[in-house]
Amino acid sequence: MTNTPLLRVNDLSTYYYTRKGVVRAVDHVSFEVSTNESLAIVGESGCGKSTVAHTVIRLLPPNAKIVSGSIVFDGKIDLTKVDDDILRKIRFKEISIVFQGSMNMLNPVMRIEDQIAEVILIHEVTTKEEAVRKARDLLETVGIPSSKGKDYPHQLSGGQKQRVCIAMAIALEPKLIIADEPFTALDVMVQAQLIELLKNIRRKIKNSLIFITHDIHVVGELCDKIAIMYAGKIVEYGELKDVVNSPKHPYTVGLLEAVPSIDGPATSLSSIPGLPPNLINPPSGCRFHPRCSKRLELCDKEVPPLVKVNKDHFVACHLVARDRE
Amino acid sequence: MSNRGNSLLQVDNLSVWFPVGRSFSLFRRRKYVHAVDGVSFDVRKGDVLSIVGESGAGKSTLGLTIVGVYKPTKGRILFKGIDIHNTDKKTAKTIRRKIQMIFQDPFEALPPHMTVLDIVGEGIDIHKLAESPADKIEMVSKALEQVGITPPEDFLGRYPHQLSGGQRQRIAIASTLVLQPELLVADEPVSMLDASLRGSIINLMMDLKESLKLTYIFILHNLALARCVSTRIAVMYLGQIVELGEANEVIGDPLHPYTRALISVVPSLRGKRGDKKIILKGEIPNPINLPSGCRFHPRCPEAFDKCAKEEPQLVKIKKNHYVKCLLYQ
Repeated sequence: MTNTPLLRVNDLSTYYYTRKGVVRAVDHVSFEVSTNESLAIVGESGCGKSTVAHTVIRLLPPNAKIVSGSIVFDGKIDLTKVDDDILRKIRFKEISIVFQGSMNMLNPVMRIEDQIAEVILIHEVTTKEEAVRKARDLLETVGIPSSKGKDYPHQLSGGQKQRVCIAMAIALEPKLIIADEPFTALDVMVQAQLIELLKNIRRKIKNSLIFITHDIHVVGELCDKIAIMYAGKIVEYGELKDVVNSPKHPYTVGLLEAVPSIDGPATSLSSIPGLPPNLINPPSGCRFHPRCSKRLELCDKEVPPLVKVNKDHFVACHLVARDRE
Repeated sequence: MSNRGNSLLQVDNLSVWFPVGRSFSLFRRRKYVHAVDGVSFDVRKGDVLSIVGESGAGKSTLGLTIVGVYKPTKGRILFKGIDIHNTDKKTAKTIRRKIQMIFQDPFEALPPHMTVLDIVGEGIDIHKLAESPADKIEMVSKALEQVGITPPEDFLGRYPHQLSGGQRQRIAIASTLVLQPELLVADEPVSMLDASLRGSIINLMMDLKESLKLTYIFILHNLALARCVSTRIAVMYLGQIVELGEANEVIGDPLHPYTRALISVVPSLRGKRGDKKIILKGEIPNPINLPSGCRFHPRCPEAFDKCAKEEPQLVKIKKNHYVKCLLYQ
């Protein structure tokens, strides 16, 4: 890791205040992303991974509140504290986001080149013509012929719309791109095309990437580091190859076994018994203990800390902590 | 295709076309979406056939035609030798009971205003399988137990919104089991579920297959999953089957360039695989104006001049391994 990480999330908690109670969607989460590094955040639906993304770019709904922690960007700005004016300058210029199903977020009555140009016009002193010209270049970069720039979103396929969203995200060459499930609802072939595109873009503009997904297989080709989230907490965090080759947390092990692979032995599928918990009343102690097959007596009483098992490999599990003693 | 004698389901040169637009002129030819176009295959009893391909390949239309939702434009579907779209009403109703479908999205497939008892019991009422209300409750409870919804009495009065995604998919399966089906068509049964739950639904379906002697047609886009669950795999492209064979054969030794490309892009965690990724350009073309010759030729990395002119046939290359490609003809 380099001296100052580009993004340092420390002890972050984001809760949603609902009529039914407080949803602890993100609970004391810490991680770092260095310059030109890519981090995958993997977890099931409802584990808080999207909330992490939305907290970093501060796009939370009114009932959400950052309860603790800090998000230090570029060593100087704490994103949990800055006001809207500064945030507006940071969004897309410094940190951009590609949303889940963002293809449905394009303005249906605006030509795609104008939508991309709008992003450029807001942040850079330039003329409309200049911005549109740049937008057309961006379309070419993401693999859409610039002649299609005058098209409206409904004239494009799902994959192409997602490409337009990627073009908007890279328009100002931000230092950090957050991709929140960018491939859901896309075909495998389109997904493969977009993975290649993201790889090429990263080679070109050398940005950092936070890639949020539920599909652990996809991250293999894109990410250097991985954080496994379960019920609002990071349970395992480290270099991708360490976590994948020697997973330590029982949840990570279960998740890896639950997804069939195309090239491994064709074994039957395994699954993790039970359901992810409700985050209004999360289980005491380790939140995974009701579903864990290797549960110890301690597990429902004490929250396991995230401990270092190896260089840059952290696990929050009593089992691992016990074995180390 | 051999073994026609002991097949449970026989799909014979099936085409399902949907008209598009309106022809204002008498002389203009009406346009059609060729969703399924000349598809033939057999399903033997106990088979698990997976139909794979990109969206728009016609997989779901094929599934819906097998369960009787759409009528074939051409060709026919035989269930135990009886043409399911061309038989008397009584037989048709019995066949509809024997061929059941499980849908992709358990959040939308279950009617929100009905209780579990109503949902699972609806088929019992339609086919008049129960002698008394108590009998119906007993049949529903048994089906719920079979899918692991226990104790059933706790669930009979619940509504879908009170159930988790996995439970809903189990209820959907139970509502087919009460009808004692022989063939289940499952359209992406686990793609909407979380990774940690997928295995349990698939394993449940496999256990039911053994205990109830079921036959499955899975419609999947995930080839890794298809490899795990199926005995045979059919690869579809633009309404046609381009490769068909034993699951190990199709995944281990794919012949059609499209199948090879599909397999090469399945993401894999365990580092780099030997083969290079074959990333096809563009997307599946629209099924109204179809490419000439082989429908795959505009995207095919191995296309040669003949491919644009001549349409290949589905031919047998090895035992039980068929491919529709001019490279092999």
